[in-house]
Amino acid sequence: MSLDEQVSAEPAKVESVRAVSRQRRRASRRRFVAAFSKQRGGVAGVVLLAFFVATALLAPLLFPSDMLDVTRTISNPANAPPSSEFWLGTDENGRSILALLAWGARISLTVGISASIITMIIGTLVGIGSGHFGGWFGALLERLTDWFLVLPFIPLVIVLASVLNSRGVWVMVAVLGVTSWPGTARLVRAQTLSVEGRPYLERAKVLGDSNWQQMTRHVLPNVMPLVLANTTLTVAIVILSETTLGFLGLGDPFTDSWGTMLDRASASGAASTGAWWYLLPPGFCVILVVLAFTLIGRALEVVLNPRLGER
Amino acid sequence: MALRDVAAHEFPESGPEAGLREPSAKATKGGLARFTGRRLLAAAGTLVWVLLANFFLFRLLPGDPAARYRGVRNIDPAELARIREELSAPMWNQFVGYLKDPLQLSGISSWKGEPVWDLVGGRFWPTIVLLGTSTIIATVVGVWIGIKAGWNRGGRFDKASTGVTLLFYATPEFWLGLILILLFSTGVWIFPGVFPSRGVIDSGLDPLSIAGIQSIAFHTVLPATALAVVYLAEYSLIMRASMVDELGQDYLTTARAKGLMDRLVRRRHAVPNASLPTITLIFLNLGFVIGGAITVETVFSYPGLGLLTFEAVSQNDLALMQALFLIFSVSILVFNVIADVLIAAIDPRIRV
Repeated sequence: MSLDEQVSAEPAKVESVRAVSRQRRRASRRRFVAAFSKQRGGVAGVVLLAFFVATALLAPLLFPSDMLDVTRTISNPANAPPSSEFWLGTDENGRSILALLAWGARISLTVGISASIITMIIGTLVGIGSGHFGGWFGALLERLTDWFLVLPFIPLVIVLASVLNSRGVWVMVAVLGVTSWPGTARLVRAQTLSVEGRPYLERAKVLGDSNWQQMTRHVLPNVMPLVLANTTLTVAIVILSETTLGFLGLGDPFTDSWGTMLDRASASGAASTGAWWYLLPPGFCVILVVLAFTLIGRALEVVLNPRLGER
Repeated sequence: MALRDVAAHEFPESGPEAGLREPSAKATKGGLARFTGRRLLAAAGTLVWVLLANFFLFRLLPGDPAARYRGVRNIDPAELARIREELSAPMWNQFVGYLKDPLQLSGISSWKGEPVWDLVGGRFWPTIVLLGTSTIIATVVGVWIGIKAGWNRGGRFDKASTGVTLLFYATPEFWLGLILILLFSTGVWIFPGVFPSRGVIDSGLDPLSIAGIQSIAFHTVLPATALAVVYLAEYSLIMRASMVDELGQDYLTTARAKGLMDRLVRRRHAVPNASLPTITLIFLNLGFVIGGAITVETVFSYPGLGLLTFEAVSQNDLALMQALFLIFSVSILVFNVIADVLIAAIDPRIRV
């Protein structure tokens, strides 16, 4: 083999290495999809979630926003039970419950997913940091996690929401995002510690990888699957918390989430007048969406964590 | 939330060698005492943090805090002057004052004009009754379902109960409360409206008399059910998972091989080992259940600390919020310590 040939062979080889890794990734993705589709609960969760995502996206088309405008619904019957015109009845302002539900899905999903992404980022950074760095820095991060873990979640969220004193959807996202991370951080820390003990990390250290390289190229990919499963479960909890805040009157007064619907239903005496069409649907929606995320999260945990495989 | 917390809690020190550590000779009574001491020391550190958070969190609020006291009736003018002076002092002086009296025993509610701790004291026992009842129901029923489902994994009971508990887990407790009022207090369709929907006791009754206790029990049925159902779901899911973990263990085969009945293998061998995570979760939750109590007590106008929190928030009563936040944080902290020490007492491997 001449020198020329060797040089020209080099790029081709690099290409093929990439191709191999691409192929591997594709194969592992296929394996993952196959394993996930065997989880009946997880598949049911995906179907449920797809339904709600579609509803949320199509809400403006199905129910034009002026259907929610109280000044335009005055002519409608108020607190009416289900009829052929209003399939799920109307609220105390004569607005269609069905339209309110569809628009509420937008808020629940937006808040749930955005706040969980914030949680995921903070939790992963703090968790990997406290697991990777020994010494005072790691200890500090670990303490910080423990400290935030003892702050009572719902009261803390309530206080923050009233401290910020403006009631928007994004305020809600920020509040829920910055309060939900300690659980994730603890999980990531535990996982980081177990990854750090493995030989390939020792190899990386010996070869002189920087802290940053060790954390991003070796620890993060190993922690990520667990974080994703955990984040899916976090979305469920955040949506429940968002509903709770809405119910307590701490939501955005200008938007209609499922929580604020329940707040108004209870304020207008739906429980004592027997207005079941106002009370039941928002609750069922919350339950189904939370159930969807819980089912997906549990299925992900089983697929990604072989130790749980037999549950 | 707690499902996730316990997952993190299961391996508090999961270094590479966690779980392989031999129970050393030191893991005796002395070990437990030392473990408890260290745990208390850490808790003291956390307490300092809680006190700091409790001060600064409530100083973030925009606006003049003294203005909140404008128009408060039945407040002593001298007292009002003192509060005004305290609240207009520089932050540093306020902080020093706070450190001298971290419980804010002199705090006055801007909503009622009464000392904060008097308000809190009057609301204490309904919450204890409510949380106590619902925790006992949730623990007994949840653990029972978890054991039965986990032991016969994949069976009909397991499938049905896992489905139902996942549904309960996804249910907002206050919504369940509203539905319970609709069904069993208002009464629709075939459901009898027999239970009261408001308060903790009929007015004019002595809470310690027989009639009073009956009335309290009657008022507590619905809110306790609403709270219990949601937590029951968590406990049974965790208990089931840890039962399943034990299923394949060698010691169970040994127990069966020596001829023990299946029922006894389960009760004497599997359940004690499987119950550790659930015990942890129950104690950790005791502190957090208060969050659920806020909405449930609000729905049922049940005059406990949860309803008081809601009232403090809607009345924008800072002093009251601060006191309640302190109570909640400290109770979580205390139950965390109890959970850790209890687990260490049961399982010597934890005393690291």
